[in-house]
Amino acid sequence: MREREDEWTGLMRSAISGDDAAYHRLLRAVTPVLRAAARRGLTRAGQPPDQSEDIVQDILLAVHLKRHTWDANAPFAPWLFAIARNKLIDALRRRGRRVFVNIDDFAETLPGEPAAETVPSSEVAAQLQSLPARQRDVLQSIAVDSASIQDTAKKLAMSEGAVRVALHRGLASLTAKLRGQ
Amino acid sequence: METDQLIRTLAADNAHRARPVGFALALALLLAAPVSIALFMAELGVRPDVMTAMRNPFFDLKFVVTLALAIPAIAISLHLSRPEASLRGWAWLLLIPIGLLVAGIGGEMMMPQRPPMMKRLIGSNAWNCLTWIPLMALPLLAAALLGLRHGAPTRPATVGAIAGLLSAGLAATLYASHCTDDSPLFVATWYTIATAFVAAIGALAGPKVLRF
Repeated sequence: MREREDEWTGLMRSAISGDDAAYHRLLRAVTPVLRAAARRGLTRAGQPPDQSEDIVQDILLAVHLKRHTWDANAPFAPWLFAIARNKLIDALRRRGRRVFVNIDDFAETLPGEPAAETVPSSEVAAQLQSLPARQRDVLQSIAVDSASIQDTAKKLAMSEGAVRVALHRGLASLTAKLRGQ
Repeated sequence: METDQLIRTLAADNAHRARPVGFALALALLLAAPVSIALFMAELGVRPDVMTAMRNPFFDLKFVVTLALAIPAIAISLHLSRPEASLRGWAWLLLIPIGLLVAGIGGEMMMPQRPPMMKRLIGSNAWNCLTWIPLMALPLLAAALLGLRHGAPTRPATVGAIAGLLSAGLAATLYASHCTDDSPLFVATWYTIATAFVAAIGALAGPKVLRF
């Protein structure tokens, strides 16, 4: 446990000093832990745990966009878990309200019918479609087509700098849309 | 989108560096300050006898108290913009202005010639104080909340209230140079009510504005 968290702190320090690979490794390393926590939270709230992936992605986006609030002299895990906890509570509150309303409707009007609402397996993917074209294309290219920044720039006839700007703005507006839904 | 794809995308954006929260807060406050100062110049202005007043320690104490509220509140709001931070070890900073006021009230009690207590407490600007401190604080509060949005506060109501304290502290610093009531009793009563009002607005706005 302790060792793992020290490793995270080290990876995050490298990430902040510009090591993209370390950042990638860190995000991959924390994801199963976040997933387990999200599943536990959903189960405890009486929700199907298979919806955990939306929460995991929500947490990862917040970690990414708020990483400047991490103090490089402090351990990384308490910071990460504070963000994760905040996002999980948020997500459960949102879902809890939605589901509660559904159960009421269901009991009053449609006895015996299966619940109509299915939570989308990925809210991020859905919100991606509502982004401005340029941001969407850049995110699409890097996320789905696994292209590098350089290849994306060539493909979309943009400068690398413009791709970087669109990428960051796209991630920020994705997060804003997820928050607003 | 698969989580692996999202992770790869986030890693590709690793080069992006956000400014520290302190920078965002300072910038926001600097942009809003002219609004509050313009309001002050247009409607209140510095009291005409300011040169004499400055020789009165109770006049000077007003600025010490209001800044002793604003500066710790700024520090606490920045501390709480880290998600794992708590108030523990920081809340006592907010006792500094209270301690200064208590000391001021005690000091005034020992003055040989002083107006009656109720007269000092009620003063002649109570209503002005209750109106203008919140009015001049509001632009600063809005700015502080926008600046603090750049952080990741997990106690948004508390941070909102602290933003209220810092903006009321700054507004009260301006107001203090206009007001002719210098008694610490007056300050402890009316400035405090005005400040509590602004803090309450901040606490209500915090959960809405500071979600991330």
